[in-house]
Amino acid sequence: MSEEFRLDKIGLVNRDKKISFKFNGKKYFGYEGDTLASALIANGVHLIGRSFKYHRPRGFFGAGVDEPYAMVQLYRNNETEPNVRATEQELFEGLEAKSLNCWPSVNFDIGAINNFLNKFLPAGFYYKTFMWPKSFWYKIYEPFIRKAAGFGVVSTKHDNERYEHKYEYCDLLITGSGPSGLASAYAAAKNGARVILAEDKSRFGGSLLTSEVSIGNQNGKDWADNIIAELKEMPNVTVKNRAQVFGYYDHNMLVMSERLSDHLPKSKKYTPKQRLWYIRAKEVIISTGSIERPIVFGNNDTPGVVLASAAKEYLKVYGVLVGKKPLIFTNNDSAYETAIEFKKNNINPIILDTRKNPESEIISEAKNMGIEMKFSYVVVAAKGYKKVNFAEIANISEDKKDLGKIENINCDCICVSGFWTPTIHLASQSGNKTKFNEEIDAFVPGKSKQNETTVGSANGIFSLEKTLITAFEKGHEISKKITNKDNKISVPQVSEKKFTQHDKFWCVPLPKEKNYKRFLDFQNDVTVSDVELAIREGYRSIEHVKRYTTLGMATDQGKTSNLNGLQLVSSIENKIVPSVGHTTFRPPYTPVSIGAIVGREIGKHSKPTRKSPMHSWHEKHNAVFVDAGIWLRPRYYKKGNEGLFEASKREAENVRKNVGVCDVTTLGKIDVKGPDAAEFLNRVYTNAWLKLPVGKARYGVMLREDGIVMDDGTTTRISEHHYHMTTTTAQAANVLSHLEYYLQIVWPELNVNVVSTTEQWAGAAIAGPKSRNLLQKLFPDINVSNEGLPFMGYLESNLFGIPARIFRISFSGELAYEVNVESDNGNFMWEKIIEIGKEFAIQPYGTEALSTLRIEMGHVAGSELDGRTIPYDNGLDGLVSKKKDFIGKRSLNRKAFIAKDRQKVVGVVPLDKKTSIPEGSHLVKDANAILPNPKLGHISASCWSVEYNNPFSLAILKDGKNMIGKKLFALCPVKNKSIPVEIVSSHYVDPKGERVRS
Amino acid sequence: MLHIKCPHCGLRSQNEFSYGGDGTVKRPDLNKEVSDKEWDTFVYLRKSPRGKHVELWHHISGCRQWIKVERDTATHEIFKTSKVNEDI
Repeated sequence: MSEEFRLDKIGLVNRDKKISFKFNGKKYFGYEGDTLASALIANGVHLIGRSFKYHRPRGFFGAGVDEPYAMVQLYRNNETEPNVRATEQELFEGLEAKSLNCWPSVNFDIGAINNFLNKFLPAGFYYKTFMWPKSFWYKIYEPFIRKAAGFGVVSTKHDNERYEHKYEYCDLLITGSGPSGLASAYAAAKNGARVILAEDKSRFGGSLLTSEVSIGNQNGKDWADNIIAELKEMPNVTVKNRAQVFGYYDHNMLVMSERLSDHLPKSKKYTPKQRLWYIRAKEVIISTGSIERPIVFGNNDTPGVVLASAAKEYLKVYGVLVGKKPLIFTNNDSAYETAIEFKKNNINPIILDTRKNPESEIISEAKNMGIEMKFSYVVVAAKGYKKVNFAEIANISEDKKDLGKIENINCDCICVSGFWTPTIHLASQSGNKTKFNEEIDAFVPGKSKQNETTVGSANGIFSLEKTLITAFEKGHEISKKITNKDNKISVPQVSEKKFTQHDKFWCVPLPKEKNYKRFLDFQNDVTVSDVELAIREGYRSIEHVKRYTTLGMATDQGKTSNLNGLQLVSSIENKIVPSVGHTTFRPPYTPVSIGAIVGREIGKHSKPTRKSPMHSWHEKHNAVFVDAGIWLRPRYYKKGNEGLFEASKREAENVRKNVGVCDVTTLGKIDVKGPDAAEFLNRVYTNAWLKLPVGKARYGVMLREDGIVMDDGTTTRISEHHYHMTTTTAQAANVLSHLEYYLQIVWPELNVNVVSTTEQWAGAAIAGPKSRNLLQKLFPDINVSNEGLPFMGYLESNLFGIPARIFRISFSGELAYEVNVESDNGNFMWEKIIEIGKEFAIQPYGTEALSTLRIEMGHVAGSELDGRTIPYDNGLDGLVSKKKDFIGKRSLNRKAFIAKDRQKVVGVVPLDKKTSIPEGSHLVKDANAILPNPKLGHISASCWSVEYNNPFSLAILKDGKNMIGKKLFALCPVKNKSIPVEIVSSHYVDPKGERVRS
Repeated sequence: MLHIKCPHCGLRSQNEFSYGGDGTVKRPDLNKEVSDKEWDTFVYLRKSPRGKHVELWHHISGCRQWIKVERDTATHEIFKTSKVNEDI
C-alpha cells in the first residue's frame, strides 16, 4: 500500500531508510524515525482498536504520551507486549502489532453490540447489575466481563530480555528537553552543576520541533540541536532521550525509565531492554510542558478526531497528514499554527473558532493566507463510523448555551484544541500544593514541598520569551546555590507570534432531540452523561466520582480528560473548579513495565542463594535440596529408586546404629566478645551463664520481651572473654539485630561486641554410637574419652594440619560432635570425614533425617518454637532461672502464661501404629462432635520413628502434662483423616538422655 | 525512598536501614519491681502519632548501629538524626 498521506518535503524522518512492518497481519512501509502511529497514518490507517466498554472504533488522538486510544499488542523478537502506545512506539524493521479489545477483527467486532446496549451499561453498571442470581457471578458474569473488558494480553512466557537498575546522584535533574528544559540545563551546566537532562521522546527539543519561532537568529529546532550537542560534550552533563521520569518520591528521589532497546528489532548484546534509574537529585527542574486538552462534542471519539497539536506534530516531524480535508475546531490561537501548516502544504483547512471576534498576529496571518474561518462556531458532532466523513456544525450564542441551525460540512479529520493543561504530575507527586490559575483554566504548581521548581508551560507560561528568560534565570539561580559559581549566560533574542486570550469554553451543548455520546475520558469510555449520573446518585468528592465512573483511570490516567471532568463536575455543582480540586496524582506518570521494576532480581536472583562450602559434594552425591531460609540444605541423599521416606529412614537408622554426618554450616554463628560478655549472655538467655567455664558449651533459650521464645542454640565459651553463639538457620539475622539493640540501646554500659561469623565457619555434625571412634581417627592427638571431652565439652585441635574446633553437642540425641573449620577448608573436612568414616559405615544425612532424630528425642525446634510458645510450653522449665532477670522474664508472670491448663509439648502415637499423622492436624476429644469441634491442640511435627518403627508426632496440647496416657483423635479435614491417637511423653527415645552423655 | 543521615556514615538511602519502631520507649530497669501496667505499656503500647516522632532505625546494611531519627510521619520530613545514646 502506498503512503498516500505522506508529504515529500517536510519532516524529520530518514527518507533513505524504508522500514517494513505489519499491522493486523497486513504489510506496510514507513521510514526510520517514524512512530508506529505516524507510519500508520501515512498509510491512511485510522482504525486502530476498539474502545474499552462500548467497543466503538478508535483511532489516534495524540502524538505522544497523552494518547488515550491507540494502544496495540506489540510483537518483537518472539516476545509480546500489551498496551503499547502506537504514538510512542518507534518503528523498526519487522515490527508487528495487532489491535486490542476486538473480536474477531477490528473491522468487524462483535463486542460493538455494547454500543447499542449502552442503556444497560451506565456508570457503575457493574455495581448495579449482575447481582442476581448470586451463583452466576463466578461462573458466568465475571468471566464474561473479564473477556469483554480490558486491553492487551500479557505474555505468559519467561521474558528473556534484560532489565537493569542504576542509582545516580546529581545536583540538578531536569525533566523534559523543551525550550524551558534546555535553557535551564544549559544555564546550570555552564555554571558547573552536575546535570541530568531527561527527555521521554527520541528527539530532543519538545515544542521547538513543531513551532515557528526563532531564538538568537536560529530557528527553534536548530537552536535546540546546538544546545543539545553542546550539553552532550560537557563532562558534568548526562543527556538521556527515551527516558521518562515517572515518579517523584520522598527526599528528592526520582525514578526514570530509560527505554534503550524498545526501538530496535532486538536488544543489542550486553545492552538491557530498559534501565530504571533511581536518581537522588539535590534540586529538580520540572520542564514537562503541557498537554493540549480537547473540547467535548458529540461523537468526539470518532477516528479522525485528533488534537490540533498532534496534527501539527504529525505534519512537521513525520511529514504525515492526518487528513486532506481538515476541520480545525478551537477556542484559542495555537490551533491556527496547525491550520497554517496545512495551508503551507497545499491543504485547505477550515477553522471553527468558538470566539466571537478574536484578533491577533497569527489570526491575521491565517486570514492573509486565505484560510477559511468561522467565528462563534462549534462542531456539534462528528459523523462517520470508522472514520470522520463529515461534521455537524452550528453557530453558538454568546452565552454558549444555544446552538444555531445545524449545518453539515465535509471533512476527513477534526483537529480540536481546547487550550493547554500544564503537566503538573511530577510537581504534585512531590507534595507541591497546586493552585488553580484562572487565566489558563488549569492547575499550576504552587508552593514546593521538596527542592523542585517548575518552569515553562508546565508552570502555565505559554510565551516562549518569558519561558526562556525564567528558565535561564532558574537554571542559574539553582546551580549557584549548589556550586557557588556565578557564570551567567545571556538570554538570546526570541521572535514569536503573540497570542490573544483563549475562550473558556470546553463543552458543546447537545442539540435538541439528539443524544450523541460526548466523551470525557476516551480510554475508559466515560461520557458526560456518566458523570452527570454519578452526581445525581450522590457522589460529590471528585475522588469518588473518579472511582465510580472510572474517569481518569487506566493507563493514560486521564492526561487529556482530567480537566474537562473537573469542569463538568464544577459546572453541575455550581462550584468553581479549585473548590472541587483535582484527584491526587500518583506515580507512575506513564505505565512502567514490570520487567523494569523487577530489574535483575528474577529467577534465582530474586533472593540470594547461599550454599555451604560442601554444596558441590552434596550435588555429586545425589542430594535433594530444600530451602532453609536463604540457604540450600540437603534434604536427603537419594540412592537408587529411593524416595524421601526411604532415604531419610535409611539415613536416620544409620545414625542410630553407626554414624552419620550432617552439614550444619547454615546454623547462625555470632562471636560475642568483651569483658562483660558473660553478664550479657546472662541477660539474653533464660538460664544462668555467669559460671560457664572456658571450654564448655551450654544450651540456651532467648525470649522476646513478651515472653515468647525467640530462638535457641548452644553457646560455647572459647576463652575468658570470647563466646561462640549459635542460632537457628532462619533466625540468625534477627538474633544479631536483637543483640545489637540491647547492647547499643538498653545496656550501653556493657563492654561487649557482637559480629556474625556464620559464613566464616563450615560445620559438620558427626552423630551416632560410632562417632567417638571416628573422631579419634580424625584427631589422633586429642583425648576423646568421656573424661577428655565430656558432653558439652569443647576442644581445639588440628584436622590434618587444619585448625578445627570440636564441640560435643547433639541435636540428634545420639553421642555426637560438631566439627568447625574455616569455610575454605569445609570441603576438605567433609571429604576427610567421609573417607575415614567409611570403616564405621558412615552415611551423610539430610534435614529430613535430622528432623526424625530430633522429633523422636522430643527436642523442640522451629515448629514448636513457633512464635506463640513460651519456655514452659516446651518443657524447658529447667532452663528458666528464678534467680536473675533476663529479657522477657517479667512477661512470663502473665496470667495466661501461668494458667494450669497451659499448652505443653507432648508426644503422639497413632493407636494402629501405622497411620502417619499429617502435620497441622487438630487434636480433639470427639471425632464426630458438632462443628466447630473444640480444638485441644495441634500436631507440630511428624516423623517415622526409626527407633520403634512406627509413626510418631509432637504436638502442642492444652494441659498437655495431664493428658499423657489419654486417647484423642487427630483430625485433618484437608486430607480427610481422622486418626485415633494416644498422648505420650515427648521424649519418645532415650528419655533420660543417656546416649548423649555416654 | 527516604534519605537518612546516619550519624556514623552520613547520608544514605532508606534501603540500607531497617525500621526499629518508637525511639522513646524505655525498658524498665532490671531486677526491679515492675507493675503489670508498667510492663504491659512497655511491651505492647506504642504511640503512632501523626507528625513529629522519634524513631529508631538500624543501619543494617551499613555500620550496623541503631540510630535515632526524628521524622514527620505524615510528610516524611526528617528533622534530625542522632546516635542512639545521644538526646535528640
